[in-house]
Amino acid sequence: MKILVCISKAPDTTSKIAFTEQNTKFDENGIQYIINPYDEWYALVRALEIKEAGNADVTIITVGSAADEAIMRKALAIGADNAIRIDADPKDAYFTAVQIANYAKTNAFDLILTGKETINYNGSQVAGMIAEILDFPLISQASKLDINGSSLSLEREIIGGLQVVEVAMPAVVSCAKGMAEQRIPNMRGIMAARTKPLTVLPPVTAVELTSFVSYSVPNSKSAVKLIDPMNMDELVELLHNEAKVI
Amino acid sequence: MILVYVNSSNGLPKAALETVTYAKKLGNQVVVLTNGKASSESLICLGEYGATKVLVDRMVDGEDPQQLTRLISAVVQNIGAKTVIFSHDLIGKAVAPRLSVRLQAGLIAGAISIPDADGAVKVNVFSGKAIGNVKVSSDIKIISLLPNSIQPEKTGANCPVEETNGLGGAAAIKVISTKKPEGEILLPEAELVVSAGRGLKGPENWGMIENLAKSLGAATACSRPVADIGWRPHHEHVGQTGVAIRPNLYIAIGISGAIQHLAGVNGSKVIVVVNTDAEAPFFKAADYGVVGDAFDVIPKLTAAINKFKESQN
Repeated sequence: MKILVCISKAPDTTSKIAFTEQNTKFDENGIQYIINPYDEWYALVRALEIKEAGNADVTIITVGSAADEAIMRKALAIGADNAIRIDADPKDAYFTAVQIANYAKTNAFDLILTGKETINYNGSQVAGMIAEILDFPLISQASKLDINGSSLSLEREIIGGLQVVEVAMPAVVSCAKGMAEQRIPNMRGIMAARTKPLTVLPPVTAVELTSFVSYSVPNSKSAVKLIDPMNMDELVELLHNEAKVI
Repeated sequence: MILVYVNSSNGLPKAALETVTYAKKLGNQVVVLTNGKASSESLICLGEYGATKVLVDRMVDGEDPQQLTRLISAVVQNIGAKTVIFSHDLIGKAVAPRLSVRLQAGLIAGAISIPDADGAVKVNVFSGKAIGNVKVSSDIKIISLLPNSIQPEKTGANCPVEETNGLGGAAAIKVISTKKPEGEILLPEAELVVSAGRGLKGPENWGMIENLAKSLGAATACSRPVADIGWRPHHEHVGQTGVAIRPNLYIAIGISGAIQHLAGVNGSKVIVVVNTDAEAPFFKAADYGVVGDAFDVIPKLTAAINKFKESQN
């Protein structure tokens, strides 16, 4: 079977976030990019586990610039078979989804995996958009995924609980915690990644449906009010009368 | 015309009242669409929050985002809606992007404000470390509202409920089993949250956290290390790679306040930090701090809250 794993770059989780050009552009100065954790830890690693358990070919795809090839090589080092980069700025979720769906259309994937969201835009948009463009079912926020012949058996988060569901392939699955464990690439993988194919393709035209016009960072809090640990009545009184939250 | 999609499979969640209130702030013609078995009597109250009419599809169970998308899309066209509102919850995250493609309508995902004079809407980005202003260029707009971003407001009276069936088509996803723990307060919806970390030293010490949560009527949460070592279930993990929450009150006990944890909770209106280490970075993000041992402080705090609650009755 053929699995496509969509990966996105994201600033390292310890990054301090700032903006430039009158707060219209993310300040990349000093930012270390990583593979978006949900894409790497859950989607990619689960795809590799499926490959190791049987017969699957794992392709990773990203929409981005040549600078993103570093994270793509890491995905290859972890174990993906080949990599596709659509050479374009991922302007918005729809533009990005059109690029990935367009590649998927001509390459007959059985399963398309994404992380449940990126840690930079938190929109949870691209998986659903790819599914709609391709007219595939979407199982979102899955925490378990098993192949059952031509079907998938999944566990997914629902509001206030968990659900076991089945669906026929082809399908799109967005992956959440629980699906797999993070893997660290070993030296053999890193060496092998250097010679694995990384194909660059031009984008197709797509409209931009949304745009970020500006950004801001939340105001920092005023100094903390320290309460005597022996006087919890005072804390309760402040929460009730001053903060008005209880 | 504004269409609000509401999930009513477990009664009307707070998110439903929030999204209808939000829609009412955008315009006066607000139609609510829901699906499933909720009784018409339980839905008429949406009128109080601003709905002029509730449409309900009795055939769609809401388990397949593709089927729900077909239903919502058909209703948008039938009533000529120009704005569609979802809650940015598990259903909204699965359905709104599909609808965006189907209607070629821009999606503002995770909104925390109503549109400003230029039509830009604020959303949380970088896992709560920043706020973005997003604009939509299409004729139809879709907005998914981050839970706990606005307070439900009653402005009107009950409204009529009508059935609309047969617009969803067949479901592709087959549900095998569903597990829903009863009686728990859902973390993303909770207004009060009590959270604890490694400072608690072991899972056997969570009794006092649960007691404090119970006395407040709060949900319980935890830091990532605690979920990773299995002291607490994963769904309680709040932070950048867990659940992002924005309750009115977040009490963090024995959590140092790493930047990844803060990202998931800094939308909280008031933060209380209890830690033995006066240098813990969390104190910089806190409104109220208690430097002390959780094993002394938490039982005292629980007793103080119980005393306060009794005095309120």
